[in-house]
Amino acid sequence: MLLLGCIVLFVLIGPQFAQWNNEDIDWTALGDIAVLGAPSIESGHFFGTDSLGRDLFSRTIQATGTSLLVGLIGAVMALLVGTAWGVCAGYFGGRIDNVLMRIVDILLAIPSTLVIILILVVVGRSFFALFLALGAVSWLTMARIVRAQTLALKHREFIEAARAGGVSEPMIIIRHILPNLFGVVIVYASLLVPDVILAESFISFLGLGISEPYTSLGALISEGAGTMSYGTLWQLAFPLAFYVAIIITMFFIGDGLRDALDPKDR
Amino acid sequence: MLGYALRRLLVAIPTLLLLVIACFFLMHAAPGGPFTSERPLPPEVLANIEARYGLDQPLWKQLWDYVSNIVLRFDFGPSFVFKDRDVNDIIAQGFPISLTYGTLSFLVATIAGVALGIAAAIRHNTWVDYFAVSLGIAAQALPNFIMGPILILTFTLWLGWLPGGGWNGGQWPYLIMPVIALSTSYMGSIARITRSSMLEVMNSNFIRTARAKGLPERRIIYRHALKPALLPVISYLGPVFVYVLTGSVFVDIYFSTGGLGKSYVSSALTRDYAVLLGVTILYGALTVVVNLLTDLAYAWFDPKIRFQ
Amino acid sequence: MIRLRYSMFCVLVSGLLALGGAFADNHVPANVELAAEQVFTYRVLDEHSSLDPQVVEDTSGAEIVRDLFEGLMNQDSDGKLVPGVATGYTVNDDNTVYTFTLRDNAKWSNGDAVTAHDFVYAWQRAADPELASPYQWFVELMSLKNASAVIKGEASLDTLGVRAVDDATFEVTLSAPLPYFPQMTTHATTFPAPRAVIEKHGKSWTKPENIVSNGAYILTEHLPAERSVRERNPMYWDNDNTIIDKTISLVINDENVALTRFLAGELDRTEVPAGQFPRLQKEHPEEAISFPRLCNYYYTFNLSDSGPEAFKDVRVRQALALAVDRKIITANVLAGGQPEAYTFTPAAVAEFTPPTTEMAQMSQADRDAKAKVLLEEAGFGADNPLTFDMMYNTSEAHKKVAVAMSQMWKQKLGVKVNLSNMEWKVFLETRGNQNFELARGAWCGDYNEASTFLDLLDSESGYNDGKYNNAKLDELLENAKVSDNAAEIYTQIEDIIAEEMPVIPVYHYAGVYMMGSDVGNWPVGNVEQNWYSKNLYKIAQ
Repeated sequence: MLLLGCIVLFVLIGPQFAQWNNEDIDWTALGDIAVLGAPSIESGHFFGTDSLGRDLFSRTIQATGTSLLVGLIGAVMALLVGTAWGVCAGYFGGRIDNVLMRIVDILLAIPSTLVIILILVVVGRSFFALFLALGAVSWLTMARIVRAQTLALKHREFIEAARAGGVSEPMIIIRHILPNLFGVVIVYASLLVPDVILAESFISFLGLGISEPYTSLGALISEGAGTMSYGTLWQLAFPLAFYVAIIITMFFIGDGLRDALDPKDR
Repeated sequence: MLGYALRRLLVAIPTLLLLVIACFFLMHAAPGGPFTSERPLPPEVLANIEARYGLDQPLWKQLWDYVSNIVLRFDFGPSFVFKDRDVNDIIAQGFPISLTYGTLSFLVATIAGVALGIAAAIRHNTWVDYFAVSLGIAAQALPNFIMGPILILTFTLWLGWLPGGGWNGGQWPYLIMPVIALSTSYMGSIARITRSSMLEVMNSNFIRTARAKGLPERRIIYRHALKPALLPVISYLGPVFVYVLTGSVFVDIYFSTGGLGKSYVSSALTRDYAVLLGVTILYGALTVVVNLLTDLAYAWFDPKIRFQ
Repeated sequence: MIRLRYSMFCVLVSGLLALGGAFADNHVPANVELAAEQVFTYRVLDEHSSLDPQVVEDTSGAEIVRDLFEGLMNQDSDGKLVPGVATGYTVNDDNTVYTFTLRDNAKWSNGDAVTAHDFVYAWQRAADPELASPYQWFVELMSLKNASAVIKGEASLDTLGVRAVDDATFEVTLSAPLPYFPQMTTHATTFPAPRAVIEKHGKSWTKPENIVSNGAYILTEHLPAERSVRERNPMYWDNDNTIIDKTISLVINDENVALTRFLAGELDRTEVPAGQFPRLQKEHPEEAISFPRLCNYYYTFNLSDSGPEAFKDVRVRQALALAVDRKIITANVLAGGQPEAYTFTPAAVAEFTPPTTEMAQMSQADRDAKAKVLLEEAGFGADNPLTFDMMYNTSEAHKKVAVAMSQMWKQKLGVKVNLSNMEWKVFLETRGNQNFELARGAWCGDYNEASTFLDLLDSESGYNDGKYNNAKLDELLENAKVSDNAAEIYTQIEDIIAEEMPVIPVYHYAGVYMMGSDVGNWPVGNVEQNWYSKNLYKIAQ
């Protein structure tokens, strides 16, 4: 939590210190990125520059903000849709389960490239479209996990006891199933955040995601990874450091929330 | 159980058919066709090409022909991009490759990931746990598009131990890097899911009861805790298994392995309709089978789950 | 034009005279010691589309086909014509009938003789609506008699203007004179095809176990998306003078990985990623090479009705073109020795030197000043900034160029540019439907003559996505086809383009390679990069 606070703080306060904005090209540095574009205090490029001479410090700040938002919203969408879908399938079982899960099977197999291109064509390029695309590709596994947990839960003694006691089905789901799902779901959702951040860079490749001059951590990391052996390692190192920080944060959030909300520990 | 499995497989047929139909129409709705190119073809040339591939027919007719060719002759049609080859040929060549490195990666990721996760959960908040957690995070922090270049730089350029790419019939020097690159990040995720699910189970009432009865810890873990703890892992592994079986586009790009992962993505980009449909069907069939297997596995892991 | 034709013929004849034993000595200098192992390994970006000469449409496929098959004519290291299967040709008086004489020792890899009938079959096959090769357009471009009718299916194949007079004489009839026709016989589409093999195996005839070819090499191994191997063809007529025994192409999609593998010694040739050339040249001066290619790179304004009003003002177009600092783009962003572009046609083109435009002579400071004035005159300023969308297809290098250009405009002129990238097919469709404001364009010459570029701006051209329409320019293009002095007309056309700026030329491509220092005779002077393994050699080190 503290770390997440730090990242958010960095994203908010960082721009105050930046001496370059995220899109201006430093034409002098562009002459020799490997030397003039290296991280330095004097030049004002604290994190160095990218391969076009743009300040990596402000770009990383902007990218971290964007990616964090994209990752969290994407994961929350997957969480909501996936949980609802999975609980319905798992709890009601039978025909409903069959239909819902076959839909998931079909959606898992349809090439996401096509889906994303079509969203681009139909909805156009916007943040909303990006979240739609991210949500569309990431909730399926969540639905499967939730369904499996629900299947296991619904035969547990306390659920059967509740049912025998005449508690209504929606009440059982809300009171008993959902809280018990929470541990696994939240951990998986926290795993999803980094995945969604990387998935965004593929969506951007197809033209739907974030477009230049704005950028995202996924884009910065894959650019940096391509050029890592060319003497400009900072182009990978700084964005990757922030990505790792997000992963660590998500780990603690996932496990922390799980511990805090586990009904058995109450 | 057998009846259930058979019924599920029977349901697979309409599922796949729906998949084909959905994919077919999505594909044709996407802008640009297989023959959209930088140089716009003269109309008479385009007409010849469309006639040859049947693209001049109404869509429903194309779909009908496609499906009936598969059913009657198991013929998935010609590739529109690789003009000397058929889809059957492309799948027959690429799938065994993906299957080989995919299965190996899956085994490595699962065994290592589950082992790490369990070790971390059992020794919760000890150095074992911290070590496993950091390893898991590190693995997750190295997605395969970073792992690929790092591995090639290290093992091919600096150490000179391994060839930088290719498949060569799957000889082991060509297998090592793809398997490491593909399994690492999955291993991280599997370890985390296993760990948290195991922790949860270890805290649950029936384990406390078992402990209270004085059963030895080892027995508690292997006899009682492991099976329910692996349930969410199994549901995570299902889709992962399908992903790695059909190969990874990154592995194919970085290591020139020639697997199906690249075909799956690039056929969508080049609008190579027949290849895209063919690979999607394979993917769909695998999804159906693997999901059936995971459902059967649920029943084995938790006998209370029953399928009607 | 007749003069030009005559000079071509002279070159040919002198080439013939020089032929014989002397040729081999030409391509390996006397002081070079050849390496014991003659294997050339190079990287290709992607799996080739086909190895069928009449069907192949991508560069990496054509490279292999040029080694496996041999057409009437070949190109030397400067792109000049040299004899292939044909020893030479004659033209009739009105330049519409070409007669090629085939050598008597040309053989297929199964030992059969290569005859004029093989060419007739191949050329008919290329036009055949049944085969439906995308390269039917090339047959139309060659102006073969009845080509369009045959392709439309209105005339039978045997009405096509090709004929085997006898086994050793191949006659071609054109519907109209075409100055660059002989050049076109070096193209894969015109290579002979083994009828018996094709009829026996259908489209799998190009598999290594089936293929029969007449070039210096035969295909011995093909692992799709991984590699293909071609080895010396003992039946090839000039086998004695062929030095490379084996050529291997490796598919490596990622250029950075390819470079790593080159540095690890697995490859003899790979492309240099954008921006890396200066560093590599410093570290590997013998291996980093750059030379001009026959391709241009530009941005096209949408001048159709759907385009923005601002672009219809020539001052706006001029201002934007002026403010692009091409030196920074070529020297710092791409940094691969690409020539700056002020004309549409690359300077590397044969028989024509593009004019030095007024813009090219100015200093960048003057250009920027003029751009500001022009834009203000057009009514755009700080309180009314020019705003438009700029579109390119997804690629690291295109992105860099687009970002640099948009920043130049923003910083110098206060212009607001919205960048958008698109996946290739969506990009083509969007641009083709005039659904853009400013879009990237690029073209590589189909043949080495300026019209292959200038024709793109013809109002009728299918590639004129900006819908530029200038009657004068159309007329000049028409005249150039039959003129004695095409170069002068091309100069006039370039002047019109410089004046009206329907497109912003940015740079002209360069071939930027890492080439093993032991590779001899790479044809850097061949701007179309039509290279043949048989002309290469490996030097002992």
